[in-house]
Amino acid sequence: MEFQITKKAKNVAFGLIGLGALLTIIGVAVSASDHHFTTRLLASGLISGFFFFALGLGALFFLALKYATETGWYAAIKRVIEAVAGFLPFGMIILGVVLLVITFMDGAHIYTWMDPEVQAHDEMVRHKAAYLNPIFFWIRTIAYFTTYFLFWRGFKNRSLEEDRVGGTELHFKNYKRGALFLVFFAVFSSTSAWDWIMSVDVHWFSTLFGWYTFAGMWCSTMVVLILTTLYLKKLGHLPNVNDSHIHDLGKWAFATSFLWSYMWFSQFMLIWYANIGEEVVYFQTRIAEFKLLYFGMFIINFAFPMLILMSRDAKRNAGILVFVGLTILVGHWLDVYIMISAGALGANAKIGALEIGMALLMAGTFIFVVLRNLSKAPLTPVNHPFLDESNHHEI
Amino acid sequence: MSDKVLYVMYDDDHVLKHSAEKLVSKGVKIAEVFSPFPIHGIDPIIGVKQTRLGIMAFLYGLTGLTLATIGMRFFMITDWPMNIGGKPNFSYLENMLAFVPISFEFTVMCAAHGMAITYLLRNKTLPGMPAQNPDPRTTDDKFVMEIRLSDNHQISESELDGMLQEIGYLELDKKEIK
Repeated sequence: MEFQITKKAKNVAFGLIGLGALLTIIGVAVSASDHHFTTRLLASGLISGFFFFALGLGALFFLALKYATETGWYAAIKRVIEAVAGFLPFGMIILGVVLLVITFMDGAHIYTWMDPEVQAHDEMVRHKAAYLNPIFFWIRTIAYFTTYFLFWRGFKNRSLEEDRVGGTELHFKNYKRGALFLVFFAVFSSTSAWDWIMSVDVHWFSTLFGWYTFAGMWCSTMVVLILTTLYLKKLGHLPNVNDSHIHDLGKWAFATSFLWSYMWFSQFMLIWYANIGEEVVYFQTRIAEFKLLYFGMFIINFAFPMLILMSRDAKRNAGILVFVGLTILVGHWLDVYIMISAGALGANAKIGALEIGMALLMAGTFIFVVLRNLSKAPLTPVNHPFLDESNHHEI
Repeated sequence: MSDKVLYVMYDDDHVLKHSAEKLVSKGVKIAEVFSPFPIHGIDPIIGVKQTRLGIMAFLYGLTGLTLATIGMRFFMITDWPMNIGGKPNFSYLENMLAFVPISFEFTVMCAAHGMAITYLLRNKTLPGMPAQNPDPRTTDDKFVMEIRLSDNHQISESELDGMLQEIGYLELDKKEIK
């Protein structure tokens, strides 16, 4: 195929994996005797596992959205979206393994509701047990994974088949499947966020939490799509992708970072205003232990894209996009970090070699898998019905 | 100073666009195009500058944010401290969260209204203002290109006529402006 992973990219990806593995080992060696070591290890696995899984899932969602809305402009960058979505199976394996280990360790102080001891003594956990019990948890997790995997495989196979046969039959099938995926995703994006993340703070709940998690995931995905597209353009690929495509991707990143901020603020303000003890405890932990990080992360993820990406020229400038993109990518990782760590570890949480190592390890894997996916298919979907429209995209 | 204006009419936006491209490539300056709907991609051809409406929107938004902050601070803190839900009513900063939605709404309202009014004023299309299009048919299904002789000193009128004959048009109307 036209795209080959360059030696440099391979070195960077494996370098990240190596550095990540090294840092993880150092982290393990340094804090193995720590009282909270297992919880910290598994929590950092959950943080980075979920974050990178979510990048793939966000791309799958974005692809389904484009199919369901019969969008035209994206055809030229469709393979980029598919390549990022192609991380999904790997993300599922990583996240699945982490969740499995946590389950076998009776929650490992992350999902305290899995602990029979807690079940026996905690009135609130007992009342939630009809939903939050390990068996139902795994039924749901497997249902999410299976659904996502089947849709992903279907989109991928039809996309490659379209390259060979063309026509509109596959297009309309994708249209229907895209809409169907959105129906599943509308429910699963919320419930999976409750299961995997919100249940860390088992006594607390927020109906908005699913959308909040989803908005963060979507924003990170858009950033990754921008970075990948710009990388390919820099190597001289994707000749039909012009400034307008980049501008549109920039607008998505801009808009989704607003969506995320809006969700974050809605959740925060309503709970702050009502000031009910069982609700504010969530933010009290975060303000007590992560004040700088928590609000700093919000400022970065909100103010940075808002002020810098507001103008039209900024959204067409590769340098600015990469700078803002990488910053908010780290910002959203921090968001997931605080979401999980504050509940699982509270005052004992810290960002050390373990957390950074785990993140770099998975980032390297992610980069390698995405680039390998890109090299497996032609970078332009030759028979996409809207390809011509996309090639002439101009805004 | 007297001037002569040529109104060149077409019945298709693409034909007009291509004619405009040809004329511009021969050095003719086109003053204006009248069309029932926006013609995609005509701006760079006839040399319309990028709009600065976005900058104005930002400024209007800032105005709205400032007004909302000053107003709410006066109403809710200074003039008549309101005790809502036991929140501190002596400090704007500590109560900031409660004021964010209104600040946001007012920012959006000022930006939107400011933009709309600026747009109407700048285009001289406020309700009741006289129409500027040379031919009422340009609000229906015809497209008109306006060429001013004063913009094209290097080309004589007969030369321009020749070019237009060559490129083709539907109707040609000439007007003297005093």
